Amino acid sequence: MIEIENVRKSFGALEVLKGIDLTVSKGEVLTVIGGSGSGKSTLLTCINGLEPIQAGKITVDGIEVHAKSTDLNKLRQKIGIVFQQWNAFPHLTVKENVMLAPRKVLKQSKAEAEAMAVKQLTHVGLGDKVDVYPGRLSGGQQQRMAIARALAMSPDYMLFDEVTSALDPQLVGEVLDTLRLLASEGMTMICVTHEMKFAREVSDRVAFFHQGVMAEIAPPAELFGDPKDPNLQQFLAATH
Amino acid sequence: MFDTALTANDFLFLAKGAGMTIFVTVIAVFFGTVLGIIFGVIRYQIGPVWAAPITFVLDIFRSIPLLIQLVLAYAFLGTVLRLGLSGLTVACIVLTLYTSAYCAEIVRGGIEAVPLTLRRASRSLGMTWGQDMRNIVMPLATRVALPSWIGLALGVMKDSALVYVVQVTELLKSTQILITRLQEPLLLLMICGAFYFLISFPVARFGGYLEKRWSND
Amino acid sequence: MFNYRFQWNQAWKRLPEMLDGAVVTMQVAVLSMVIGILLAILLTLFRRSGSRILSGIATTWVEIARNTPALFQIYMAHFGLAGLGLHLSPYQSLLLGITFNNAGYLAENFRGALKAIPDTQPRAGRSLGMSDLQAFRYIILPQMIRISFPTITNQMVWAVLMTSLGVTVGMNMDLYGVTQDLNALTFRTFELFAMAAVIFYVIVKIIQAGAWLISRRLFRY
Repeated sequence: MIEIENVRKSFGALEVLKGIDLTVSKGEVLTVIGGSGSGKSTLLTCINGLEPIQAGKITVDGIEVHAKSTDLNKLRQKIGIVFQQWNAFPHLTVKENVMLAPRKVLKQSKAEAEAMAVKQLTHVGLGDKVDVYPGRLSGGQQQRMAIARALAMSPDYMLFDEVTSALDPQLVGEVLDTLRLLASEGMTMICVTHEMKFAREVSDRVAFFHQGVMAEIAPPAELFGDPKDPNLQQFLAATH
Repeated sequence: MFDTALTANDFLFLAKGAGMTIFVTVIAVFFGTVLGIIFGVIRYQIGPVWAAPITFVLDIFRSIPLLIQLVLAYAFLGTVLRLGLSGLTVACIVLTLYTSAYCAEIVRGGIEAVPLTLRRASRSLGMTWGQDMRNIVMPLATRVALPSWIGLALGVMKDSALVYVVQVTELLKSTQILITRLQEPLLLLMICGAFYFLISFPVARFGGYLEKRWSND
Repeated sequence: MFNYRFQWNQAWKRLPEMLDGAVVTMQVAVLSMVIGILLAILLTLFRRSGSRILSGIATTWVEIARNTPALFQIYMAHFGLAGLGLHLSPYQSLLLGITFNNAGYLAENFRGALKAIPDTQPRAGRSLGMSDLQAFRYIILPQMIRISFPTITNQMVWAVLMTSLGVTVGMNMDLYGVTQDLNALTFRTFELFAMAAVIFYVIVKIIQAGAWLISRRLFRY
């Protein structure tokens, strides 16, 4: 379970999260929507401790993320994150990209890591690309590789930060399909996204962020069907 | 700590050495640059195949130790040809050729960095080869080449420390002579090092600044 | 045209001794590069550490190495340290001087190479649970070495050429030192040094060809 209590986060004088309260339970798929600068992506990087917070508390399975005593490297093994930019390691083949963290962080044997890598890559539909260098893959394929790379750590939670935003339109579908697959398998996921159709279909709940505040949170039918927050109404009108 | 046997005369001796370092460097960089530009332009102009002999010879200067180049030239011009040249002359000749070998590379790189489309445009406007070179290629190539050229000039200054081998007493050799006499190696070396550093460091910084500024636009 | 009689035989007879010297030259060059690369990586980490003292040490090292003659650095290792009571053999002085120079030049180049690697790369590694050091070792370092490979090759060539400076601190086992000693015996200066030049040239070409082969095998991406 991920519990977020009154989290505040600033970059210098700019406050991007103004007291967020949110709980995501096991097996839930939460999508976060909102305009740019609403703080939705920042929340993800705070959850896995890549960014410090100024106030409040985030706990993952009872472990406080920003406590001094927390071993962040260990915690991050539980929480996979995939970014807008897929950040493929260009000097490693697709398979080696996926194997690297399991081998060096989890100290798996080569055979073990390789089996896991092939399994996850096949899972995201890249079974025939394992020995290729990422430079020869399309953006969509590289993004799916990045998902497999995060999954190979056997995380309990997956965070997706606008994973389709940097893709050509015709490549968006294959990546969303991969996310749908994970959702259907019961993975706990937080997806920051601009894909409203996707949010409507796969989410258990949808949260709308506006200027650092979580303005509304509800199951998709309710949030899209009967938006109460005026900013949300405006946002939805603009995206249609 | 500054209890030293170093006298004003010794300082004068060091200053003379430093003067020699600067003299040799200036000569070599000046003539080496002129030659380097000529070699570089020729190499670019006649294409890699016809330029192969020039490329080969220039590469030799970059593939054997400068110390050996100096010794060989001294022996060849002196013992073999019996020209009776002074060590200083030999030092200047060798350092000039050595500089030109590196400079030709820099010049070629600079010219190659000028987009061909740009040159075609200038020629299509009716400019002659010379006009194109002077007005289009040179200003643009200079931007690319100047930071490297500054690095080369400083490199030549540092490498000029090797001309001691043909009996030229430049700064480092003067220092060594004083070390042998006064037995104060640390102090003397620090003075000598400071001289090189105080010239090289600011100039190198300036080169880095130019490179940064010009690569940004 | 001239009445000098070349006596190439004299030099040719000495080839085995000179080749022995070439082996020592290669040994010094390779050692100075291996240690130099490791030190350059360390200096690079120092400069990234955020610690004023560590990055100060690294910057001082780099600037002295780049802004004074290599020969000065070798003198420093030999006569300078002797002034502090640390007496190094000619071999040690030469090795130390060249290594110092290699590390400084390479560290500066590594810094430039790092700028070409986006911050998101180590960040991706850290988000997978890697420590900072692991992200550096497995993600940044291999990419950095690739970018710097031409410079590393050049520095290796420089290291070979710099071994000739050992003679100034009494080194006589390397190619230049051996040639110098033979010259004192036979006075066939031109022939002997011409042969040494050829050997140096061949060594440099072998290094460049080897580097080309390595880069083709290693950097297929």
